[in-house]
Amino acid sequence: MAFDLASFLRSDDPPHAGGYDDPAPRVGFFTDTSVCIGCKACEVACKEWNAIPEDGLEFTGMSYDNTQHLGASTWRHVAFIEQRRPVGAPSSARGGAAGGGTTVDLGMPAAPGEQAADEGAQPGVVDRSGLRWLMASDVCKHCTHAACLDVCPTGALFRTEFGTVVVQEDVCNGCGYCVSACPYGVIETRKDDGRAWKCTMCYDRLGAGQEPACAKACPTDSIQFGDLDELRARAEARVQQLHEAGVPEARLYGHDPDDGVGGDGAFFLLLDKPEVYGLPPDPVVTTRDLPVMWRNAALAAGALLTGLAATFLGRKGQ
Amino acid sequence: MTDREHGANEPAQPRDGIDVRHDSDARRDSDAVPSALTAGAELGGGAGGRGAGGGRRKRRRGRGGEELMVPDVTFASYYGRPILQKPKWETLDIAGYLFLGGLAGSSSVLAAGAEATGRPALARACKVGSLVAIAGSAVALVHDLGRPERFVNMLRTIKPSSPMSVGSWILATYGPAAGVAAVTNVTGWFPRIGRLATIGAAVVGPAVAAYTAPLVADTAVPTWHAGHRELPFLFVSSGATAAGGLGMLAAPVAQAGPARRAALVGGVTEVALTRYMERRMGLPGETLRQGRAGQLMRAAELLSLGGAVVGGLGGRRWRAAAVVGGLAALAGSACTRFGIFEAGVASTQDPKYTVQPQRERLQRRAAAATAGGSHSSETQDGKADGWVA
Repeated sequence: MAFDLASFLRSDDPPHAGGYDDPAPRVGFFTDTSVCIGCKACEVACKEWNAIPEDGLEFTGMSYDNTQHLGASTWRHVAFIEQRRPVGAPSSARGGAAGGGTTVDLGMPAAPGEQAADEGAQPGVVDRSGLRWLMASDVCKHCTHAACLDVCPTGALFRTEFGTVVVQEDVCNGCGYCVSACPYGVIETRKDDGRAWKCTMCYDRLGAGQEPACAKACPTDSIQFGDLDELRARAEARVQQLHEAGVPEARLYGHDPDDGVGGDGAFFLLLDKPEVYGLPPDPVVTTRDLPVMWRNAALAAGALLTGLAATFLGRKGQ
Repeated sequence: MTDREHGANEPAQPRDGIDVRHDSDARRDSDAVPSALTAGAELGGGAGGRGAGGGRRKRRRGRGGEELMVPDVTFASYYGRPILQKPKWETLDIAGYLFLGGLAGSSSVLAAGAEATGRPALARACKVGSLVAIAGSAVALVHDLGRPERFVNMLRTIKPSSPMSVGSWILATYGPAAGVAAVTNVTGWFPRIGRLATIGAAVVGPAVAAYTAPLVADTAVPTWHAGHRELPFLFVSSGATAAGGLGMLAAPVAQAGPARRAALVGGVTEVALTRYMERRMGLPGETLRQGRAGQLMRAAELLSLGGAVVGGLGGRRWRAAAVVGGLAALAGSACTRFGIFEAGVASTQDPKYTVQPQRERLQRRAAAATAGGSHSSETQDGKADGWVA
């Protein structure tokens, strides 16, 4: 049997299920940002359920987002982005339908006034001011090939039977390797406590057959929890529906099992490019380059040994 | 859309009739961002907006004058905030360890050679130097842990996927060997065990000097990972520079020949590899030229080359040149490690080092896919056009 170096240099990825004999179906989040209303119920529910300490009471002044970024004490983060369509800007790929600003009825409850404005326009299309808000609840991606898990030297990070990635707080010694390894900038160490913390996808609730607190609290089902296969199918259908409804910018992020991290356990439907939301456009798990790195390190070590040995070839006293 | 983002490299020809928004819009938008935002915001642009990265920065540095420069690159970001976490590692602890580990590992090889060729003073200097350096490394590494009392958890498992786990085992092998080699040399006890430990430390030493390259390169830190092919060679040559410097500094001229050659070859290789790596890195390579990291890298170049010339050549005749050259070589090696460390930290603090190389990768893939006739996500990205921050 051929020895596969690349997979030897990987830790427990879902294909081999973290060594579980009888793993549960892999679960995940599908966060449909097109119906997010930015209420931050997910942030609050997460904090409450997981008893996460305060993470700074700061006023950023940049938007309604004072949470700013995922971190040791922020496991859900709602991003706010305000965008406008400049007056007279030619429409992009919307054909001739979009003039100044049009939005599409995404199935959200509408105020009576809006419905009146709707008359005469295309069905489902509401004419407004050319302003739009993007809101998106970010979370740990629970990658298929998780860099944090790969590099953890103590084994504190592990793959659960649900295919999620969790830190064992009684093992973590706060080396901080996972912090630099994560291509999404999710995991972080807590200053006062020293250890690394991140979303557990409510491991305790999953074990009891409950859905994670954020998904439970989400009032618009923007955060959907379930079996990953089912969520992926649901997401494909949703993005198709939005494209047909005239929202061509809708796209999935992190759904592709062939991407740089083997697909995310928590993936998203976005309405703009990922970096607009603070997400990396093409993240990769850097351990996939480990074979090259170890090979070059071995060559370099050999070169150092022979090179330094060669310095003794000269005559003594020289 | 994507054409505009990479305007410097691509013809700025709108595709599919997509409007190319003037960059002045992006400027005005990001100028309107409250100053409460961090410095990163100024580089990155407004809320989900397209900031003009390099161009504006150059303009500002040029006395803040009004002359307009064509922005070479634009990219989107979330209020200019970094995407990645800042490395949790303390500079003094970890960059210091990169230096000390390289010094210790390389010195152990010199020590074994010196012992085998009848250079007792060089052997003793290198053995004691290795022990001090590796003890300092251990202190720095444990001190850097969030939970220092749990350092022994490092030996709880063996994970080839984690350079830190592999390194822990390398250090657990090397440390005692280097310690026994030094103590038996100084005390004269157990000479046979001492010889065995000397050989053991010389065999494992290069691994100590080399593994720290995968350690930092196996991260999402743009500058560190961009150098993942070159860093192992750069780190061992920097280790040889340091060990050569130590040997020249501590051993008499008559015995220090190998140390001089190590400093000479190591120093020149270190500087050459740094330049080569920086060129191959692409955009993140600029963090090695800017700010504190840039100062350190320039100092490293002067000191390593100076140490090679003054110590490696002049040290043959004059003890004073050997001392000055030895100190310069040690300092040069340290500056290289601190400079690379600082450059990596800086590359996590500006989202452009994360976004732009990834965008370019997507673009290349999309171009390849288009050539193959398949639909790519890149075309989808173009469709968000028209919405601006």
